[in-house]
Amino acid sequence: MPPLLSVRGLERSFYGVRALNGVDLTVERATITGLIGPNGAGKTTFFHCVSGVVPPEAGTVVFDGEDITGWRADRISRRGLVRTFQIARGVPRLSVLENLMLYGHAQPGERLLDAVLGAPGVRRRESELRERAVAVARRLNLTRVLDAAAAGLSGGQKKLLELGRALMTDPKLVLLDEPIAGVNPTLASEIAAHLESLRRDGLTFLVIEHHLDMIARLCAPVIVMADGRRLAEGTFAEVAASEAVQEAYMGRRKWAS
Amino acid sequence: MLTFAGFYGLMALGLNLVWGMAGMINLGLVGFFAFGAYVSALATVNMGAPIPAGVAAASALTAGAGVVMALTTRNLRGDYLAIVTLGFSEVVRLVASNEIWLTKGTDGISGIPGPWRGRVTPETFNLIYLAIVAVFVVAAFWLLERVRHSPFGRVLRAIRDDEQIAAVAGKPVVAFKVQAFAVSAGILGTAGALYGHYISYVAPDSFAPLITIYAVLALTAGGTGDNRGAVVGALLLVFFMESTRFATGWLPGLRPVQVAAVREFLIGASLVVVLRWRPGGLIPERIPRA
Repeated sequence: MPPLLSVRGLERSFYGVRALNGVDLTVERATITGLIGPNGAGKTTFFHCVSGVVPPEAGTVVFDGEDITGWRADRISRRGLVRTFQIARGVPRLSVLENLMLYGHAQPGERLLDAVLGAPGVRRRESELRERAVAVARRLNLTRVLDAAAAGLSGGQKKLLELGRALMTDPKLVLLDEPIAGVNPTLASEIAAHLESLRRDGLTFLVIEHHLDMIARLCAPVIVMADGRRLAEGTFAEVAASEAVQEAYMGRRKWAS
Repeated sequence: MLTFAGFYGLMALGLNLVWGMAGMINLGLVGFFAFGAYVSALATVNMGAPIPAGVAAASALTAGAGVVMALTTRNLRGDYLAIVTLGFSEVVRLVASNEIWLTKGTDGISGIPGPWRGRVTPETFNLIYLAIVAVFVVAAFWLLERVRHSPFGRVLRAIRDDEQIAAVAGKPVVAFKVQAFAVSAGILGTAGALYGHYISYVAPDSFAPLITIYAVLALTAGGTGDNRGAVVGALLLVFFMESTRFATGWLPGLRPVQVAAVREFLIGASLVVVLRWRPGGLIPERIPRA
């Protein structure tokens, strides 16, 4: 089976800064692939370009056998590739339940006429989405805050909501941008357990993370980016042992000593 | 008086859809209002169309103008959108002043027919017209409440807070904004058409930017986001404008110009008071419970 995501020569610059400098990488199905690299390596820009939030300038993105390069973000999401944001955003003035239901696809009530007339499909889909949202919330331990505004959640709950919203789209691939940054250790290992159980259900993740112990425990393979390129790939032990990787993070030995 | 509250109510409802729900500020309200008024006036006076047809044409064409507006401003937000829409309303006014062959310029169009005007006493006409406007307000309110509580409204509220999230959620953001703008403009155009048939005369001077400000004020005081707030705000606005008209008559030693200034001052001060104690307006938006 071909890889779920296959990216070739992806480039993007911002005002002369070459954030992505020809990234080549693939993500295999039903893996939790780690994406690490020093600050400014281009990891988040890579997510932007793959998810359609920012269009790439060159290169191709093939997802699940279809070239999605340059598609708009909403179309990519409906195709089954959804991403989360590094700073957990959520829609602040929507309740948690609404935040989850917002991510549901194929709601005819999002067409103006059907919404006003209350077409029969609208209510049916709405209760399906509600059921699904409640189930996702239960899985992520968010049941108690379903009615709360997303703005009022704690940092950790916001991270869970990020994940939950992504799950609502029924995705094939989820791009997670630092899912446990700033989360307390107990909740972090809970999130890790969620990811692992979802992977066993057949979901694929590409995860940016700086907590190396989480990467070590969860991710295989691990891809290292530096200077807008893929630098190395392998198991965590392999990339951690790589001299090139150590150099990218720490600088060259001869300068350091 | 209450009829005017109805016009402001329709405007505030229309504004609430784009601003309160979808987060796009539209300071061109009076432009769309004027556009609708002229469309219906020209259709009924020049082309002899019946009044309902004129009003329907006004709604449809103004909604079309809203689509054009939304598409041309689709990359603008906040202050930038505000200034462009404000410019639009001035353009409408200037076109109406200068394209004399069509609009009779600053002379305005007079003799716009009103339903049963001349066949009943002026008092009865006012009552009939109040009923008609009330029906339109109720219909617009019902329509917008449906929209607000529907999945469509949920997407609009998401766009208001974060367009990128709405896009990642799989929603075609521009399409939603265009539809919201179109419906909103259609309501404003309808309000304008009703105004023309009520007053029986439209001229560029009737559509000063101050009307936009009053509608924004009505919505802000009533509560953005909630449609009830729009209606309550409009009622309060007109009540306040009229009551200050009488109240200032009791103030001794002021010339009429000063009295007018005092009214504006009181209206502004009362908005400050409302927002000091109720920052979300009198009926603030609430998050729906499951």
